[in-house]
Amino acid sequence: MKTSKVKAKSPKRQATRDTSNVTLELRLYVAGQTPKSLIALRNLKKICEEYLQGRYRLHVIDLVETPHLARDDQILAIPTLVRNLPQPIRKIIGDLSDTQRVLVGLDVRSQAK
Amino acid sequence: MARASKRTKTAAASRAFPQLKKAPSGIAGFDEITEGGLPAGRPTIVCGGPGCGKTMFAMEFLICGATKFGEPGVLMTFEETGDEMSRNVESLGFNLQSLVGKKKLFLDYVRIEPSEIQETGEYDLEGLFVRLQHAVDSVGAKRVVLDTVEAIFSGFANVGMLRAEIRRLFRWLKDRGLTTVITAERGEGTTLTRYGLEEYVSDCVVSLDHRVNDQISTRRMRIVKYRGSSHGTDEYPFLIDKKGFSVLPLSSIRLDHKVSKDRISSGIKDLDAMLEGRGFFKGSSILVSGTSGSGKSTLAAHFANETCRRSKRALYIAFEESSAQVTRNMRSVGINLGQYIQKGLLQFHAWRPTQHGLEMHLLRIHDLVDDFNPQVVIVDPITNLISANINEVHAMLMRLLDFLKDRQITAMFTTLTANRGVEEQTEVGISSLTDTWILVRDLELNGERNRCLYVLKSRGMAHSNQIREFVLSRTGVRLLPAYVGSGAVYTGSARLAQEAREKAESLREQQQLEEKRKEFTVRRNVLESQIAALRSELSSGEAEFTRLTRQRNERQQRVALDREEMGKIRGVSPANQVVNS
Repeated sequence: MKTSKVKAKSPKRQATRDTSNVTLELRLYVAGQTPKSLIALRNLKKICEEYLQGRYRLHVIDLVETPHLARDDQILAIPTLVRNLPQPIRKIIGDLSDTQRVLVGLDVRSQAK
Repeated sequence: MARASKRTKTAAASRAFPQLKKAPSGIAGFDEITEGGLPAGRPTIVCGGPGCGKTMFAMEFLICGATKFGEPGVLMTFEETGDEMSRNVESLGFNLQSLVGKKKLFLDYVRIEPSEIQETGEYDLEGLFVRLQHAVDSVGAKRVVLDTVEAIFSGFANVGMLRAEIRRLFRWLKDRGLTTVITAERGEGTTLTRYGLEEYVSDCVVSLDHRVNDQISTRRMRIVKYRGSSHGTDEYPFLIDKKGFSVLPLSSIRLDHKVSKDRISSGIKDLDAMLEGRGFFKGSSILVSGTSGSGKSTLAAHFANETCRRSKRALYIAFEESSAQVTRNMRSVGINLGQYIQKGLLQFHAWRPTQHGLEMHLLRIHDLVDDFNPQVVIVDPITNLISANINEVHAMLMRLLDFLKDRQITAMFTTLTANRGVEEQTEVGISSLTDTWILVRDLELNGERNRCLYVLKSRGMAHSNQIREFVLSRTGVRLLPAYVGSGAVYTGSARLAQEAREKAESLREQQQLEEKRKEFTVRRNVLESQIAALRSELSSGEAEFTRLTRQRNERQQRVALDREEMGKIRGVSPANQVVNS
């Protein structure tokens, strides 16, 4: 089901750059339960529920547990939110407190507006 | 536990002597200057402009650590990918991938792409620390290289946060006892680095420089700061070549070469005769200076020829002529260098002086000497290296001589002197370094030019003080004893004329003598014949006298007889006889 979605949206995205009906694959990289990470996670969940209801998948990756992923995914700043799909990869760093910037960063139209 | 052992070690060291523990860099020359290497367990900044060799320095430190000193390392690059880095150092003979495979090295390329990154609120660089920790843990690293860590300034907007994180990073490295090299771009004006990293790292700062003088580039290194350690403070030339990074001087800090009493022939009998009859000291340095066309190269070729004839190896470095040309030209004075080249006793290397900077020349000679291990090195001529700064040549020669003397290699350099004036300073500049100084000079006299040779100095021997005429012939060089008559030195045709004059004079004398001798012989003959005549006259007189006497006696006897007869006849007694005479 997901794959068909991806295939379907591909030409559409090129035409309109509309990501409204595409599933976003998001990864949040944190390093332990630091206050910044917790704030980031809370902010992200809020944004996802508000704007990306039903069309996102979120993985939280704790680099303390899987440090090799930091190299593989080129993570430097913590916390970092990576949008792996759709292409191209986008990175949003910080505690995600600025919702508008997060949405711009994710290339998601703020439907609430 | 590791920390505990480190603490005890440091304590022990400080009790014995407050000496900083050092990690050898493995870079030729650098460890000598710093008396041991980089501060162990502390960060060092290596700064310099683009292309000055920062990364090479760091890489060699890391690779030597992994291969020679058993200290695995982590390379974190911010500008080049691991693959690029591998390829870059491959040309220097390092194989990064094999080290990575052996778990002696860990590569991590930190890609910073500002266009991909959106900043939303607070963050830190914990990711960097996680990566570094992971890298250090995976190979048990003791050494870390952060190649241009300041690249992060381009990726993130929050400079205050970055500075705090960098400070934390250096602290972090220090706490873990990681010997770290951090490369940084040279800053504008007086700051050493563009982002002032030296503020955070105060243990050791090395500045690299790459400057171009008259189209020839020279790399230089200076240790700006080394807390808790003495170090050389000068600017040291260094170079990067196929053997990697090397800082010069290699040995000129000391002046304690072995000296030899052995002699080595110059290949010219007459020149040896001027040097106590035995030639140069082995392991000494000889400077042959002279105007162009005065036969400097020929002297050098004789020396090379002689060395090879004794089955010793000679290295001939030519800056003016190609090997083939020198070989051909030397045939004209009866020297066949080609046979020794074929036998492998003589190595000929000709390259343009403008091909490299001075340091590169020096290193190339070093390498050749290392490979070939000759007894004699000839550089013909060193003058061509003098591009702009005589001091640099002086320094380079000093290093070269130190190096050669250390190995008991006899060195012969030729220098060109155009005419008196500026060039004499050149000679003064380098001649003080050499042990023996032979001057070949042209003398213009009577419409011709003749070569003269004299030994200006030769340390440690009673050398001849004479000026000899230097004659190149088909059979080699001859040094004719200078004509010293009438209080002047004659050379060339003047000498010949003088010799002819002298010969004529002696001939004339001889002829006179001969004439005198003949004259005397004639006189003697005459006198002797006179004596003979007289003698015969005398003897004929004597005979006459004898005859007369005899005749008279006979007559008297006859008269007496007659008288007796008569008396007999007359009957007169002999007493009445009258003597009638």
